[in-house]
Amino acid sequence: MTPPRKKKMNLKQRYALMTRGLDWETSYQKMDDVFPYDTFEGIKITDWSKWEDPFRLTMDAYWKYQGEKERKLYAVLDSFAQNNGQLGISDARYVNAIKLFLTGVTPLEYQAHRHFAHLGRHIRGAGPRVAAQMQSLDELRHAQTQIHTISHYNKYFDGFAEFPHMHDRVWYLSVPKSFFDDACTAGPFEFFTAISFAFEYVLTNLLFVPFMSGAAYNGDLATVTFGFSAQSDEARHMTLGIEVIKFMLEQHPDNLPIVQKWVDKWFWRGHKMLGLVAMMMDYMLPKRIMSWKEAWEIYFTEAGGALFEDLSRYGLRVPKYADIATEEAEHISHQNWAIFYQYTQAAGFHTWLPTDEEMAWLSEKYPNTFDKYYRPRFEMWREMEAKGERFYNNALPQLCQTCQIPMGYTEPGDPTKIGFRSTEYKGDRYHFCSDGCKDIFENEPEKFAQAWLPVHQIFQGNCGGADLGDVLKWYHMENGTDNLDYSGSPDQQQWDAWQAARKKVAG
Amino acid sequence: MSIDIKTMNVEPKRHTFAHVARRLGSDAPASRYEEGVYDLQATTHFHYRPLWGPEHWHFDEGRTQVKMSDWYKFKDPRQYYYGTYTIARANMHQTTDRNFAFEEKREMLANIDPEWREMIVNYLIPLRHYEWGANMNACSISDTGYGTAITSAAIFTAGDRLGIAQILSRVGISLGNGTGDLLDDAKAQWMNGPAWQGMRKCVEDSLVLKDWFEALVAQFLVMDGLVYPLVYNHIDTEGQKHGAAAISILCEFMVDWSAEHNRWVDAVIKVAAKESEENQALLSSWYSQWRDETHKALQPLAAMVLGDGADSALADVKEQLDKRAGKLGLNL
Repeated sequence: MTPPRKKKMNLKQRYALMTRGLDWETSYQKMDDVFPYDTFEGIKITDWSKWEDPFRLTMDAYWKYQGEKERKLYAVLDSFAQNNGQLGISDARYVNAIKLFLTGVTPLEYQAHRHFAHLGRHIRGAGPRVAAQMQSLDELRHAQTQIHTISHYNKYFDGFAEFPHMHDRVWYLSVPKSFFDDACTAGPFEFFTAISFAFEYVLTNLLFVPFMSGAAYNGDLATVTFGFSAQSDEARHMTLGIEVIKFMLEQHPDNLPIVQKWVDKWFWRGHKMLGLVAMMMDYMLPKRIMSWKEAWEIYFTEAGGALFEDLSRYGLRVPKYADIATEEAEHISHQNWAIFYQYTQAAGFHTWLPTDEEMAWLSEKYPNTFDKYYRPRFEMWREMEAKGERFYNNALPQLCQTCQIPMGYTEPGDPTKIGFRSTEYKGDRYHFCSDGCKDIFENEPEKFAQAWLPVHQIFQGNCGGADLGDVLKWYHMENGTDNLDYSGSPDQQQWDAWQAARKKVAG
Repeated sequence: MSIDIKTMNVEPKRHTFAHVARRLGSDAPASRYEEGVYDLQATTHFHYRPLWGPEHWHFDEGRTQVKMSDWYKFKDPRQYYYGTYTIARANMHQTTDRNFAFEEKREMLANIDPEWREMIVNYLIPLRHYEWGANMNACSISDTGYGTAITSAAIFTAGDRLGIAQILSRVGISLGNGTGDLLDDAKAQWMNGPAWQGMRKCVEDSLVLKDWFEALVAQFLVMDGLVYPLVYNHIDTEGQKHGAAAISILCEFMVDWSAEHNRWVDAVIKVAAKESEENQALLSSWYSQWRDETHKALQPLAAMVLGDGADSALADVKEQLDKRAGKLGLNL
């Protein structure tokens, strides 16, 4: 007997059988008990089958592509270690950018792994569930490959060795940590909006690209190889982010106001957290890629503008306070670096004042603000250093209840005046750096009142003790090694010794 | 003569991260597994209670009744981090692809007796839904588990179960001459076939468990511990008598995977049971309860496929699993 001629299914049909075809409507247990979390936020999904898979990757293809990328990446990392690749970077000051990355960003990749597993289990539609599972795997990949990439630097430089311990405790690391805690403790659709859309789609070019391009410009072959290797994963994450937003908006008109509120919130949260990246780009890279302001113009004003124009057909508008964030792009890096310079004694990386050449670059890139508002302060600090009176701020700063950054930001329209906002909730007064952060609190006061604010905790005696030495010990930060200025640090001494030895070898 | 390449000698200040060194007992060079897994999960100073479950932090030891002094005792004997995991699975699946090509070239599925072919649609292909249930449990363990040692291995397992469901789907599509028709038939069995309802109920019951460690015992130790040997050993052997050699070849991935996966499961159970008498009692009671229910649920399925041989096959897989559980330190 000849079997009937084989009919060929198209890729879309085949992929549907391989993924959502596996799913079934449970009857021994109620669907609402199997999927208890995907309705409480008020997002209405009328037909999950309308979900368009943003990419079609069966597990065998996933293993194959990803395994191949891992082989190549680890070959480069091995070679980087064998050839002492750390000697080839532009300057040892650069290493501080990756200290910030490992302590601030890598633990977030792990959190993302966990919470995409949560979505991969708890979203009722099988299509997005599979996509979320792959992202959970990818995020674990990013956490682990970042650790393995930076592992070599940890062997030669200070500030890396205690990264998970520091992430859970250090004052400025509570900024990225609370950002991600906020997303993971939200409902699944808010998490999708926060991380897949606002973060991965709208803002990723302002986080991932600056660090990876910074690595490329500064001779860090290991990190830039990681960056290239993660690029195709990021592309998948972005397509998931845009699909999720469109899907929610297409499913029911009632979803729009909820989604808009989340977009407003997460844009502002992202903008504040990315201030750390802004500072890294403008002050910490010995060889600069572009200024934060330029990056903001290209990746938010232009690309984000086009995106929101496209999304306007769903009724979604540009995030609230986008104009304020754009104005702040001229200030935020300078204000942040000034904060870290003043509190260098409690930072897990080194600080320094910009050189003349670097100040000239900043003047050129920030013609409206640098010379007028920030150069004089840096020059004054330089004079104080020359007199042996390096300025340290020994008072603990007030933190914003929402973004948790010290309240060092200025008023919109007046860069000479620090902005303060406050509100009352259940008899207590809460303080904010901006209208954006205050709005976020007022929308969810019971959530944000819970924040573990590092400065409050120090004052309450929960951080090892009352003086700096106690707190540093509690942070596992070694005084004189992990903190303070780059000048005179063990990192610098070692780097200078390496350079001298290389000169000798070169004759 | 030896070749002497001149390089600059630079001495490392330390050999690994401080938290890894504390676990190893000294600053010795650590493996990529150790650096990629140890202490990666945040443990303290969380900011907000989850809106979806304020009784716990999002990472919280209290999401299981099992108590451990250290959640990194659950070291994976396979030492899988993402790189070693994906490379190992890519290699395994290469063999599966070759097996599918081998079968297609020789049209081996055509050699299967027609009545057994129908049986395959009734017993094997519905397992793709069982695997999807296992995938959900694995995701759940990765979501609510504690410590990277557990959550990383769990998400790898989730990927494995989806991959296996997809291999089974491919078998169904090949048997159905390139169409999804037999997948529909098999799904009807899973949804309404009397042979499957007990197992479907077991799976659905496992999906509403609140304790992730109980889900781990129910799914990975008990359900898999009975289903895999029954299907890929006893029933497969029976299939040989009906010309189903191709099925053995196409299911080779599952046999190899299960042997490897069990090494991890056994390590987890053993460590947890050894930790305390309370853990041991808890695991033992979960084990007995799920073993009895699963064993009962499998009876109509085994009877449908193996007829008179069903009881002895089920008795054998149960005995083997009890032996294994005993070795892992459970009280039966």
